[in-house]
Amino acid sequence: MNNALVIGQYVPGNSLIHRLDPRTKITIIFFFVFIVFFANNFWSYAILTVFALASLFTSRVPIRFILKGLMPVWFLIIFTFILHMIVTKEGTPVFNIFTFTVYSGGILQGFAISMRFFLLILVTSLLTLTTTPIEITDAIEELLHPLKKVRFPVHELALMMSISLRFIPTLLQETEKISKAQASRGVDFRTGPIKERVQAVVPLLVPLFVSAFKRAEELAMAMEARGYQGGQGRTKLRELKIGKRDIFVYCLFIGVVIGLLFIRN
Amino acid sequence: MRSKLIEFRNVSFRYGEEQPWVLKDCSFEIYENEWVAIIGHNGSGKSTIAKLMNGLLFPQRGEIFIDQKPVTPDTIWEVRKDVGMVFQNPDNQFVGTTVQDDVAFGMENRGFTRTEMLTRLEEVLAAVGMPAYRQTEPHRLSGGQKQRVAIASVLAVSPQVIILDEATAMLDPKGRQRIMQTIKDVQHSKDITLLTITHDLHEIVQADRVIVMNDGQLWDEGLPREVFSKKDGLKEIGLDTPFISSLAEELKLAGISLTQEPLNHEELLEDLWTLHSRT
Repeated sequence: MNNALVIGQYVPGNSLIHRLDPRTKITIIFFFVFIVFFANNFWSYAILTVFALASLFTSRVPIRFILKGLMPVWFLIIFTFILHMIVTKEGTPVFNIFTFTVYSGGILQGFAISMRFFLLILVTSLLTLTTTPIEITDAIEELLHPLKKVRFPVHELALMMSISLRFIPTLLQETEKISKAQASRGVDFRTGPIKERVQAVVPLLVPLFVSAFKRAEELAMAMEARGYQGGQGRTKLRELKIGKRDIFVYCLFIGVVIGLLFIRN
Repeated sequence: MRSKLIEFRNVSFRYGEEQPWVLKDCSFEIYENEWVAIIGHNGSGKSTIAKLMNGLLFPQRGEIFIDQKPVTPDTIWEVRKDVGMVFQNPDNQFVGTTVQDDVAFGMENRGFTRTEMLTRLEEVLAAVGMPAYRQTEPHRLSGGQKQRVAIASVLAVSPQVIILDEATAMLDPKGRQRIMQTIKDVQHSKDITLLTITHDLHEIVQADRVIVMNDGQLWDEGLPREVFSKKDGLKEIGLDTPFISSLAEELKLAGISLTQEPLNHEELLEDLWTLHSRT
């Protein structure tokens, strides 16, 4: 049961990437997603790939976790590759499939676009693999802090996220309990036509929602009793700190960006 | 004269205009550093009393004073600093994603500095016997452990009163025992007023004073021993007497005279084995 209760895909570890401030990770990944689209020749792709793979190896996350993250998008990557290969009509003709002529430029273009996808997914899944959901929440709260000036409810949003994270395992356990209770009363979740199986979910969802609302009400009361009155004047136990390693990684990344801008055509 | 910490003056409360009164003209006092147990069957108004003390509800009639301050919408944040509460459901009062985050929640609300939070965190987790669980997530804790965390988070902000509103009702007997032990330890080591609300007569044994509620009214008030001796009355208002009390009753009917109303096995045993030398 413990396996099912791991939230997100976080792989515990103590590497440089794990210990980076989550804000550093989020900002770098944010800009990385942009600059991937600036790459337009072999060397510019090479520099980005080296950066991404280097982060992967320093994180010491087993490769199979990355491959698992890539699984759902393999189809998309291959599809774009084929589409670009067929549609682009540049360079010299290489071979024919059915009525399409494949040009050398098309193959290159296909590779380039697939590479972009691959890099994007690699880097973003590296974030969720090395950062706990609660760290990401804290980082988002800090990063969105300036939006408070325009009355964006940053603190409330972060609190909502952290409470949801806290209650995911609780509600999962509850779902399991209710489904067992309903199964013992003869509800069949596993067999039968799809229509019946969908209907069987109703007696699962209704009690789950009822209890979730009840929980919410009690939680609100408990929070109030413990003196919660919104974000004003609140201090925090969890603390984010930009350290030497963060500055080092920022410098490295800026180096990569400058290098990329020089190399691209 | 001990100083009054909580005072209810002719308090009446109902949840809505058309609803029946949940509390009818209740008046009582609770003094500093005492342990008071409020007991009553379901719907006797005992949980409402707890919520009124914390400003989660306000009475329609009468007044409530906590440490001389009246409880009104303007003073609730002051009052909540003095009154800590532990609720019944261990899951629905756990706010943080880990034990330390949950214990810190109340301190964060009150704007404690980070260094202060860290020292208090260590202290209160030690007080409830859970220092090894700082980083543990709530779904890896048992109900009793969660309740101990809840007690720790209340202790962390050092209130004057701690109210345990049926805090052991959802636990197994072992968890219940450990919570009661934790509460006793805490009361011994800190100057704190304790208010336990329960429908279980077993839990009032260690209290200094007992308030029995029935149907929104104060039915009785006294030492646990005195309350236990009124078995017929207790049965009438729907409270089960503990086995030892029933046994003592039967012994008396059989003509065996006991020196006092026994509260537990040891007292009854003491009484019985010295019986021969007395007669």
